[in-house]
Amino acid sequence: MQLSTKHLLGIRDLLPKDIELILDTAKQFKEVLQRPIKKVPSLRDVTIVNLFYENSTRTRISFELAEKRLSADTINFSASGSSVSKGETLLDTVNNILSMKVDMVVMRHSATGAPHFLAQHIPAAIVNAGDGINEHPTQALLDAFSIQEKLGELKGKKIAIIGDIMHSRVALSNIYLLTKMGAEVTVAGPPTLIPKYLKDSFGIHVTYNVKEALDWCDVANVLRIQLERQNQVLFSSLREYNRAYGITKSLLSSLQKDVIIMHPGPINRGVELDSDVADSGQSIILDQVENGVAVRMAVLYLLSERREANN
Amino acid sequence: MEEKQLRLTLQRLAHELIENHFPFEDTCLIGIQPRGIVISDYIYQYIKEIHPEVNIQYGKLDITFYRDDFRGQIHIPSITDLPFSIEKKNVILIDDVLYTGRTIRAAMDALLDHGRAKKVELCILVDRKFSRELPIHPDYVGKSIDSIVTQKVKVYWGDEKKVILYESV
Repeated sequence: MQLSTKHLLGIRDLLPKDIELILDTAKQFKEVLQRPIKKVPSLRDVTIVNLFYENSTRTRISFELAEKRLSADTINFSASGSSVSKGETLLDTVNNILSMKVDMVVMRHSATGAPHFLAQHIPAAIVNAGDGINEHPTQALLDAFSIQEKLGELKGKKIAIIGDIMHSRVALSNIYLLTKMGAEVTVAGPPTLIPKYLKDSFGIHVTYNVKEALDWCDVANVLRIQLERQNQVLFSSLREYNRAYGITKSLLSSLQKDVIIMHPGPINRGVELDSDVADSGQSIILDQVENGVAVRMAVLYLLSERREANN
Repeated sequence: MEEKQLRLTLQRLAHELIENHFPFEDTCLIGIQPRGIVISDYIYQYIKEIHPEVNIQYGKLDITFYRDDFRGQIHIPSITDLPFSIEKKNVILIDDVLYTGRTIRAAMDALLDHGRAKKVELCILVDRKFSRELPIHPDYVGKSIDSIVTQKVKVYWGDEKKVILYESV
């Protein structure tokens, strides 16, 4: 049994059995993380570079911890403070790093498709840690892992993805993953932040009414408003967004059931999610972060296999 | 090795463990995933049948992440289930076939990451002596066989339970 792919560029390229394999393997790594010695020697002969061309807290720390828990050697690279500011190209930078005998690349980039471009030019295995507005596959995998942990299997579960769908790589990866695994998906948010193609290409439900989505779903994955990616006015003010589309305590209490609340972080408190919701018992936001390490360990472990082709 | 003989051998192993470790106050059994579990389940069950009053700690250990040969082909991990501390305990590691000794090396590394055991012993159903690549020796042996590298040992646990030695092609 092995993954059908050499890189993890997006959920788009994965088969359902790949997703199952990653999630099953992650379960065993989660057990490792509960031990007194939270470390296994599996990747002690592997060197990984974390290439971050865009800011990150959770993802970078989570990947770095996952690598250390697997006993891999790690190098951290962030674009600020490097020769990128002197004009070195992405491919030159990576080739220079690889010539120092690095086996895997974890990368985040603001340009959509940057890891796909690299995958065509370098021999190392690549893990996409977020590319522009395209995909963020490990986030979708850890979201799926967290849902499974709470609700059992994904098949037939109702997941609402709420907020800034258009600029969200988390949304796209989640939609790919959940539909491949047989879950039902509804996206909700302002019409200006939901691309028109979604309904036809994925066969998912689209609504502009958050209450309607919450009434329907088992799990609500609330996404951050990505102001840094918006260069035009898509809604009038944050306060108005909160009133129309924010998840508030009173909105949740008006439902007939307990919806599980997720958020990939960082949270804009009081905009898409109110503090008393984010910190409530219904929220599994910190479980998501905890599971992130186990899921990333599983991805790195499964991709570290040295295939005959490149050896 | 046919079913009847297999049962007798497993019962003898259970008796040997009782002889040395009764009443199992500081001793726990740990089966190695995936195939050692079948053996350890039987041995655990036999000890319970003979001494229903004793409370033996029994765990399962997966060693996938500790293997030295996984890079060529990824192994899929099984469940590790050690619901107790092995600190200062006598640990009996149980597996089906002892061949190169590399699995047991990995199992000892995995085990010691769970704590510092007082003593670790090894209980094996089939010992393929003369094939060891590491200095590892079993303490309890079901059956010892002479075999060469081209031969394979297979333990069947289906409807028909048996151990066979065959020439691999």
